[in-house]
Amino acid sequence: MKFLGYKAVRLFILLVAVAAVSFLMIELSPIDPVKSYAAEMGASVQQMAALRSYWQVDVPTYQKLLDWLFDLLQLNLGVSLIYRIPVVNVILDKFTASAILMITSWAISGVFGFVLGIVAGAKEGSWIDKIIKGYCYLLQSSPAFWIGLIIMMIFSVYLRWFPTGLAVPVGTLASEVTFFDWLYRLILPAFTLSIVGIASIALYTRDRLVNILNSDYFLFARARGESHWSIIKRHGIRNVLLPAITLQFMSFSELFGGAVLVEQIFSYPGIGQATVAAGLRSDVPLLLAIVLISTVFVFVGNTIADVLYKYVDPRMRGEDDE
Amino acid sequence: MSKVGFLNPLNSMNLRQKTILLIAVIILVLVTIFLSSYSIDTSTMVTNFMARNQAPSFEHLFGTDWLGRDMFTRTIKGLGLSIMIGAIASILSSIVAMIMAFLSSINKYGDTLMAWLIDFFSSIPHLLLLIMISICLGKGAIGVIIGVAFTHWTSLARVLRVEIKEINTSEYVNLARRLGKGNLWVAKEHILPLVVTQIIVGTLLIFPHAIMHEASITFLGFGLSPHEPAIGIILSESMSYLTMGDWWLAFFPGAALLIVVLLFDILGEQIEKLLDPTKAQK
Repeated sequence: MKFLGYKAVRLFILLVAVAAVSFLMIELSPIDPVKSYAAEMGASVQQMAALRSYWQVDVPTYQKLLDWLFDLLQLNLGVSLIYRIPVVNVILDKFTASAILMITSWAISGVFGFVLGIVAGAKEGSWIDKIIKGYCYLLQSSPAFWIGLIIMMIFSVYLRWFPTGLAVPVGTLASEVTFFDWLYRLILPAFTLSIVGIASIALYTRDRLVNILNSDYFLFARARGESHWSIIKRHGIRNVLLPAITLQFMSFSELFGGAVLVEQIFSYPGIGQATVAAGLRSDVPLLLAIVLISTVFVFVGNTIADVLYKYVDPRMRGEDDE
Repeated sequence: MSKVGFLNPLNSMNLRQKTILLIAVIILVLVTIFLSSYSIDTSTMVTNFMARNQAPSFEHLFGTDWLGRDMFTRTIKGLGLSIMIGAIASILSSIVAMIMAFLSSINKYGDTLMAWLIDFFSSIPHLLLLIMISICLGKGAIGVIIGVAFTHWTSLARVLRVEIKEINTSEYVNLARRLGKGNLWVAKEHILPLVVTQIIVGTLLIFPHAIMHEASITFLGFGLSPHEPAIGIILSESMSYLTMGDWWLAFFPGAALLIVVLLFDILGEQIEKLLDPTKAQK
């Protein structure tokens, strides 16, 4: 409990720092929010002046920063310029959509990556190990968005199993989308994101398992006459599973990055697409809120990883970390 | 079998010679790509509406785009640009890492500050931080380079920090200090020769990430301007033509980028083998 309290304090300090730094970065940007807003609306000179005072263009930066941080403490994130509704609602809406995408592919890539890693490690040096290893190296070096494009070409353009882009069927309102329509559109992005995520977890599991296979207790188990797969089950998987799960929890940062790219390719209406839109169209309130929510997201992942290590593994419990 | 082995010159070489050969070949390939991308005359990239959207053929290896431009030429151009941006960004990022490692080795507060900075930089998803930095600097090449440099230094800085700490507490450094040698002497004679390998390999291993992140951010529209022949631009343009079945527009440029990234990855590993004797036999 004390540990969680400590983490909460850390998260708070981190969020304030992230908020301040990202605010200053936007502030330093040569891109003018008033101009981009006016371009969206088509404003007259008087309206521009009103906007300038509304946007506090002439207020000193530190004053604006303090105001913004104070608003933030009251959970007042402002109104999104693109969507014209409070940022909190946009975030809630988009983040739920993305969270489903990310968690689905996170779980799929975790399970498949782990299984592939175990198979490759257990059969170290065989052709199946070489295939899995080669596949993982190839995936690690390929840009995620390119894989997305290839998958889109294969499944949407050639096989025509899925529509290209457009998360909502033409002619229907976003609110009228049925559950199955929406599930149907989830498949390709989730598939891409899972494929991309498999590589690191599979390679890690494989290396860990190979290390275990070279250990003394493995040799002893062998000398006792246990079969290969039984040792892998009883010594291998038990030892690799926890660090692998931990690693998977620590990959939230890459998961988010992958989601941004994949959502952009498949026009999946999630937080990633909102990020790109907010960035390109200078929707400052929304962009800042996305930075904060993604920081929380990554932090939660890392904290779960920490907790798993501390509380699940009895060897770590007594030790004083850091 | 033995006869074939005799004929194959690779078999008579030892591991070190093979490593050096591999490094030489990779460097040759990369330099060729880089140089040819800069020797290509942009005037040959004229729009030719007679040859629009052609599938790959012997005349146009990678096909042509909707303006009739040869995709092979554009891809090579893009790769050259990627290599250049990757090089600047990874060198910058290893300089940042060195400064940070130096900062952490001064005293306890410096160390705490660096640990906190690493925490801070890894707490925001890389891609989002890149977008923010790119917006902050007004997009364009500089934004991408600075962005990549400032998001990729953490891993190398961590390695350097541990290394320097280890060397600093070792017997021979203690002995040198007892003999009255100053900090500068220790840094020059004991620390630098040992970390220089890490720095070179670390810089090379940042390279693939730098190239990939540059392409991703350009793809999303926050990086290089649409007039540059970058791979990210080519791929994002190709998106509107994929539905018409012009698969070569996306496939070849991406595959070429993948190969360059892989080459840098292998290069980093091989040079590590060459410079670090403990890893030479792996």
